[in-house]
Amino acid sequence: MRLKRLVLGAALATLIGVPALVSQASAETFIPLFTYRTGPFANSGTPIANGMHDYFSMLNARDGGIGGSKVAVEECETGYKNEKGVECYESVKGKHPAIITPYSTGITLALIPKAAVDHIPILSMAYGLSASAVGKDFPWIFNPPATYWDGLSIIFRYIGGKEGGLDKLKGKTIGYIFFDGGYGREPLPLLHQFAKDYGFNVKEYPVPPAQMQNQSSIWLSVRRDRPAYMIMWGWGAMNPTAVQEAAKTGYPMDHFIGIWWSGSEDDARPAGPAGKGYLSLNFNAVGANFPALQDIKKYVIDKGNSQTPKGQLGENFYNRGVLNAAVIAEGIRNAQKLTGKKDITGDEMRRGMESLKITAARWKEIGLGGFAAPMAVSCSDHNGHHSAYVQQWDGTKWVKVSDWIAPMKDKVEPLLDAAAADYVKKNQPWPKRTEACDKSS
Amino acid sequence: MHLLYQIFIDPFVQMGTAPDLFVQTLWEGLVTGVLYSLIALGFVLIFKASGVFNFAQGIMVVFAALALVGFYEHGVPAYLALGLTIVLMLILAFAVERLILRPLVNQAEIILFMATFGLTYFLIGFGELIFGGDPKVMISGALGLPSGSYQIKTLGGFVQMQKIDIAAAIIASLMVASLGIFFQKTRIGRALRAVADSHRAALSVGISLEQIWVIVWFAAGIVALATGIMWGARSNVSFALEIIALKALPVLILGGFTSIPGAIVGGIIIGLGEKIGEFYWGPLFGSGIEDWLAYVIALVFLLFRPQGLFGERIIERI
Amino acid sequence: MFYREAGQFKTTYAADSALFPILQDKIGIVLILFVAFILVPLTASDFAIDSILTPILVFSLAAIGLNLLTGYTGLLSLGTGGFMGVGAYACYKLATFFPGINIVVLIICSGFFAAAAGILFGLPSLRIKGFYLSVATLASQFFLSWCFIRIPWLYNYNVSASIEVPTRTLFGVPVTGPTATPATRYIVVLAIVSIMTWLASNLIRGRIGRTWMAVRDMDIAAELIGIKLYQTKLLAFAVSSFYCGVAGAMLVFLWLGNAESESFNINQSFLILFMVIIGGLGSLLGSFLGAALIWGLPIVLRTVPGFFNLSIKAATVEHITFMTLGALIILFLIAEPNGLARLWQIGKQKLRVWPFPY
Repeated sequence: MRLKRLVLGAALATLIGVPALVSQASAETFIPLFTYRTGPFANSGTPIANGMHDYFSMLNARDGGIGGSKVAVEECETGYKNEKGVECYESVKGKHPAIITPYSTGITLALIPKAAVDHIPILSMAYGLSASAVGKDFPWIFNPPATYWDGLSIIFRYIGGKEGGLDKLKGKTIGYIFFDGGYGREPLPLLHQFAKDYGFNVKEYPVPPAQMQNQSSIWLSVRRDRPAYMIMWGWGAMNPTAVQEAAKTGYPMDHFIGIWWSGSEDDARPAGPAGKGYLSLNFNAVGANFPALQDIKKYVIDKGNSQTPKGQLGENFYNRGVLNAAVIAEGIRNAQKLTGKKDITGDEMRRGMESLKITAARWKEIGLGGFAAPMAVSCSDHNGHHSAYVQQWDGTKWVKVSDWIAPMKDKVEPLLDAAAADYVKKNQPWPKRTEACDKSS
Repeated sequence: MHLLYQIFIDPFVQMGTAPDLFVQTLWEGLVTGVLYSLIALGFVLIFKASGVFNFAQGIMVVFAALALVGFYEHGVPAYLALGLTIVLMLILAFAVERLILRPLVNQAEIILFMATFGLTYFLIGFGELIFGGDPKVMISGALGLPSGSYQIKTLGGFVQMQKIDIAAAIIASLMVASLGIFFQKTRIGRALRAVADSHRAALSVGISLEQIWVIVWFAAGIVALATGIMWGARSNVSFALEIIALKALPVLILGGFTSIPGAIVGGIIIGLGEKIGEFYWGPLFGSGIEDWLAYVIALVFLLFRPQGLFGERIIERI
Repeated sequence: MFYREAGQFKTTYAADSALFPILQDKIGIVLILFVAFILVPLTASDFAIDSILTPILVFSLAAIGLNLLTGYTGLLSLGTGGFMGVGAYACYKLATFFPGINIVVLIICSGFFAAAAGILFGLPSLRIKGFYLSVATLASQFFLSWCFIRIPWLYNYNVSASIEVPTRTLFGVPVTGPTATPATRYIVVLAIVSIMTWLASNLIRGRIGRTWMAVRDMDIAAELIGIKLYQTKLLAFAVSSFYCGVAGAMLVFLWLGNAESESFNINQSFLILFMVIIGGLGSLLGSFLGAALIWGLPIVLRTVPGFFNLSIKAATVEHITFMTLGALIILFLIAEPNGLARLWQIGKQKLRVWPFPY
């Protein structure tokens, strides 16, 4: 009956297994990048992929790698699909990657349990599971500079600043429009807690993945409910549609705030002049006036070694990609310093990340002065709960309209610890942390 | 008791107390419905003439819109780009007839259905390869389509109508009217109807099936282009649109696979039902019921009329 | 010549109605099982097992489920993904409620929940037929995936709105969760799939299968000869969903280790439908071949540029993969509309008469 099935399987196995094993080369640091340049989320994924890719290419071209070790970058296309992400992970894990960046909350969730077993650190930069900031339970996961809950609290601080105190929100309505998946649902517990603390009402507007470009009834409801502020957790094609629909219904754009993943130029631009005033959080600078970005232009883009289209350099999500790559590069340098070795393993990379400190001076040194807030990660705190700022769309570009705002650590941290404990409890037996902490961290 | 009130009374109270919002919901439903019917129209054309349930209609919408914007971005003037895209759709129609329909002639429906799945995959890959996968802004300005909106102050509030939506409604009705005339009055139209009735009888009186197929696929391509422009102008052109095209399925079911008026009426019923349902009853379920409401509406209709509203009566013989 | 039944006499009815009446088939199946159960886990790389073989087996089971419904009973369903989801979430809840019970038992049990959902959403099939029915199943697909995200109870109120697989052991060896090795999970999947395939093949050879096929070929005629349509159709929905549910539970527990609502979306349903049609409607073997082709092909295509040391961008490879997959689907349909299983039959016939043409 089932003849040929496994003959085929075995043939495939040899076909795949062999090249996967031989292509491991030495004297370089292997960094796989899980990216998506295809599918409904490509608008958000492509500039990030370009930014990461170009920064590493620039390091290779300018400095010959990081600390003498060449960076071998390999992109694996996930299409923002969990299965593909897991497949990418399986295909690279044998090649000793230094660190993995999944660029999808769903994929990160799938990889969290695997990372501890395979000793591969995962950097989910301000996405993924917020609770993974707790280093005691998640030694292999890093999510600096801030969690979604930090982001939400920063948004509320900003709103509070505008209103003259958060107690002014009493009796008002706050709308929350979100991607109906793990990513958009994560901030809900904190949002409801805020609602209790400050006495406002929450209106939830979930956007199912299939309805990303069909939001007219949601914005009609917004018109009915008249929320004082709209907060958005959107991604991919959902963002530009939401901004356009908001403009269409005449919602005051300067009361519409997106998380840092809803703040790309391509999200605000399609709305045209009506999109003016739209706000979003950010933790990296926009613009190309940084020595490192100019080096990318000189060493990579002008040489034609990049897929970056004209004008993308310096855009928000491109810079996000650069920041992501820079954090990895700094982590590698730190690990090299700690171990004195050139080529580092996943274990050493974890140590490097756990004692990562990028001061303002250090940002300047690597040609990114003022590009991001100083960043510190420790053994117990894999996030750092750093500040972010609010930017506003002026019709053509993003303009910074606030100072760096620190999150409400006092509200976020207890929630984080509870969430981490809950995760561990539900996933018994969860491995106890056995990895020692470095002294410096 | 409270729940019953919320389900049966409260929505109607809302409709009465905020009539402007009710009218606005109706308008949104109508416009969405028109766009659904445009997608469904493409399905119907092809199903009528070739018996193919064309799953690729959704991706043809995206492909046509992408091509249009892609040509424009490469420096082709807007109207020339429109012409080029139409030529592209003609080439696509020829290719589909030559490479898919002709070799698969006389196969079971489900096989042809599957083949259009293959076409869908091919067009996704091809479109992204040539024009890039990142979403694009529809060039509605360059095409001379209006932007902005009318705000009518009435009913104790206001009703807002996007000019582009009005244009969509007008273009859709023009398109349906011209298709209707084409089907009723021209030689090719008569041939098309003959083919729809019986392939073999049509062949025997000397109608070229190949030619007819190219024509309907081309017509479906034009409809797809119009849909792509309209929907692209509402949000933007990206592959996520393809998922919305699935909404054409309940529309088809409701209207019947072979009826052009059915596609229009079905689209409007689904559009209205979906928006009103989401707006007034959605909050009871935590919103977002639009995702499946259309299918349930279609299902309810089907339980009473298994052949759809306008479908031909199903007669079964042994 | 190579595949000759001549000289193999059947002396009893039992021998005549055996699952593998021909000696060559018996040897073949033993060989395959030997390779699958022993050789593969010992030799294949983790990537090959975890990213190719396990998913192919899981999808094969789902494809068998859909094939029972679409291929054998003639009811087109686009709700496979939803039913797989029911199995997965049911298994997750069961694992939470009964941590002491063996996980394999729970995986099988979760199939019953999917079967119940299948019966419920199969009810319209009594009145609606053909493509019209596919919309009824689409409704179930969208409604179910909406439930998976909107009913937090289903995912134990996790903030991440996804389900995580806990570590569970079988005979002291971890079979689920991150510490289970790919080979262990593969063997468990293989065992479940083998047994369920064997059950399915007996089911369709027996009375139930024959009533299904009668309904497929012409339901009015079937009704006239005394087959109760509603029982038959609902049973097909139930059994089909049972298989899909078990496949869904395996997908999460024995392969991915984590899932959210999106893992069971409409694309999953389409994927399984591809497998069934490419493999061959109404053929169990076809379900395996279809799954192997549809799942394996993109992976092979992705590795092709690596062979020739071409550095093509990952995105371009993905685009070309899509194009090739689409073109191949069309090509396969043109070459053999009855699916890969039919190709195998033709091949068998060729082997039988070789070296003579007929």
